[in-house]
Amino acid sequence: MLLVVTLTFSLISLAPGDPARLWVGPGAGEAELAAARRALELDRPLALRYGAWLVAFVRGDWGTSLTQQRPVAHVLRDALPHTLVLTGASLLLTYVGGIVLGLLQAVVRRSAVDTGLTVTSLLVYGMPSYWLAIMLVLVFSYGAARLGWPGWLQFPAMGVAGLDADFLSPWGRMIDRLRHLTLPLATLAAIGVAGTARFVRGAVLDVRGSGFVRTARAKGLSSRAVETRHVLRNGLLPVITLLGLSLPALVSGTVFVEVVFAWPGMGRVMVAAVGGRDYPVVMAVTALFAVLVVVGNLLADVLYTVADPRLRRGRP
Amino acid sequence: MTVMRALLGDARSAIGLAILTGFALLGIFAPLLAPADPTLQTDVVTTRFLAPFAIGPEGIRHLLGTDALGRDLFSRLVYGARISLAVGVVAVAVSLALGVAVGVAAAMIGGVAERALMAVTDAALAMPRIVLLLVLVTLWEQSLMLVVLVLGVTGWMGVARLARAEVHGLLGRPFVEAARASGQGSIRLLVRHLLPNAATPLIVAAALGVGNAIMLEAGLSFLGLGIPAPAPSWGNMIANGRDALVNAPWVATFPGLAVALTVVACNLLGDGLRDALDPQGRAASRLTPRRPSAGSSVLPAMPDAAAAGTSP
Repeated sequence: MLLVVTLTFSLISLAPGDPARLWVGPGAGEAELAAARRALELDRPLALRYGAWLVAFVRGDWGTSLTQQRPVAHVLRDALPHTLVLTGASLLLTYVGGIVLGLLQAVVRRSAVDTGLTVTSLLVYGMPSYWLAIMLVLVFSYGAARLGWPGWLQFPAMGVAGLDADFLSPWGRMIDRLRHLTLPLATLAAIGVAGTARFVRGAVLDVRGSGFVRTARAKGLSSRAVETRHVLRNGLLPVITLLGLSLPALVSGTVFVEVVFAWPGMGRVMVAAVGGRDYPVVMAVTALFAVLVVVGNLLADVLYTVADPRLRRGRP
Repeated sequence: MTVMRALLGDARSAIGLAILTGFALLGIFAPLLAPADPTLQTDVVTTRFLAPFAIGPEGIRHLLGTDALGRDLFSRLVYGARISLAVGVVAVAVSLALGVAVGVAAAMIGGVAERALMAVTDAALAMPRIVLLLVLVTLWEQSLMLVVLVLGVTGWMGVARLARAEVHGLLGRPFVEAARASGQGSIRLLVRHLLPNAATPLIVAAALGVGNAIMLEAGLSFLGLGIPAPAPSWGNMIANGRDALVNAPWVATFPGLAVALTVVACNLLGDGLRDALDPQGRAASRLTPRRPSAGSSVLPAMPDAAAAGTSP
């Protein structure tokens, strides 16, 4: 964790380009530049700056955004919920949808349905998220409006709420939010489901062909008992690992999807901050994303120990 | 060439190889195939947003139509194939070199150095790659070289873990001990015995990595942070098309399909390679179910998953 944060700091401190120069603007003289350097504490030695930054960072004081002129913590506080809603919902859909589809495919293996789903998931998994997002907008926002599809099949392509959201009833506002969530969520979930389904299908089929399942069958267990107790349980174990593994992918998906749908979350904050060389924000977002991923991995480790009794007493 | 035969015998890798070869040929013969200069702009008013198959005022048939500046999309697509594939392959070569160097060094030196190297690797791994890319790419002036390097230096961590795990596994094997006992130096041991035997998972990771790198390059270009503007890249073509989605949906559609197809092809090839090079790996590792590690062949053909690994 400390290493992650340090890496972020050194990456940005060692970067060429002078933040002070950007801060004061192109017309500034040397005197203003020096003043800005002092204000940003860029004139102090690197080690001191690192120490001060680390202490402040751990205390939750993440500095002031250079472009927005307000505390970084406020910027993130506004953005984080939007990102959590989007990623949380898509994680849920990804796992439910992916496991159901993957199991279905494993059950009807080598049938037309299985082949169709395999090809589809392969294609969807290869699609860039931003492109899938654009295509969904093309069909469900522009296309639907042009072809005169019923209103419930037309979805907004931008933002978290309509312009008229403040004038809607609470119920109406809820529906408005959900409708805005539909396309971004569909994009992330489609790609996630495709990946998870591929994984689950492979894992379940691998287990079914393995020795201990043959043994279970040979000792006369009913087919149902074998399927649920042996195949399902062992087949779904690696899916927990997938949780930790898929988080970085989800983060990168979120970044692009937020940009396409003007979703005011962390991804957009990140892209805007990078474009504006807003280093305090970049550092905070990077660290926060890293924390999310590390926590996800820890969670996966813990879940694994819960699900697999063999790991409970000390790992090999 | 048994590997080649195995690859072509497997439907998945044969299809993947065919698609990749197709795109590679498109890229190589781009000057012959493209009806127009990919950056050529003539009279914008009469040539922009021509639908696919339309014939422009110069008598050129625009197979995939034209974009907002009247540039022929098919020409841009085939020149884009050149850039995308080259970026993907070179970037993966860079990360392969870096990753193998770090992983092998860690495994062979051992001790504190190994722990330090792997700690840095894990820390770098914990940062989502896209975030690293975004930070790195804006530090220097935009160029093709920068994109390749940045993709290379953000992709080595998974390879390093794989390489270290493989070498560790090999160091205890009798043939390595025999080689050591016969007085072979470290370098010779590495080149003659360790690397060839550790190659299989690395090659698979490379195949998957190429698809991932192409996807990320397109993503960076899509955000306007990748390949600089006039050069055609599938990513900046999608970005251009996004602005014209209502008038000319084809502008964004075709380059996106090209990216998707290429990534799918890399995944197929990676899957096929894994099975072809390691026929009993899947079955054997399943007999003793254990927690999959980053390098185990139980892992699915997921580019991000393959690169991500778990914290030990």
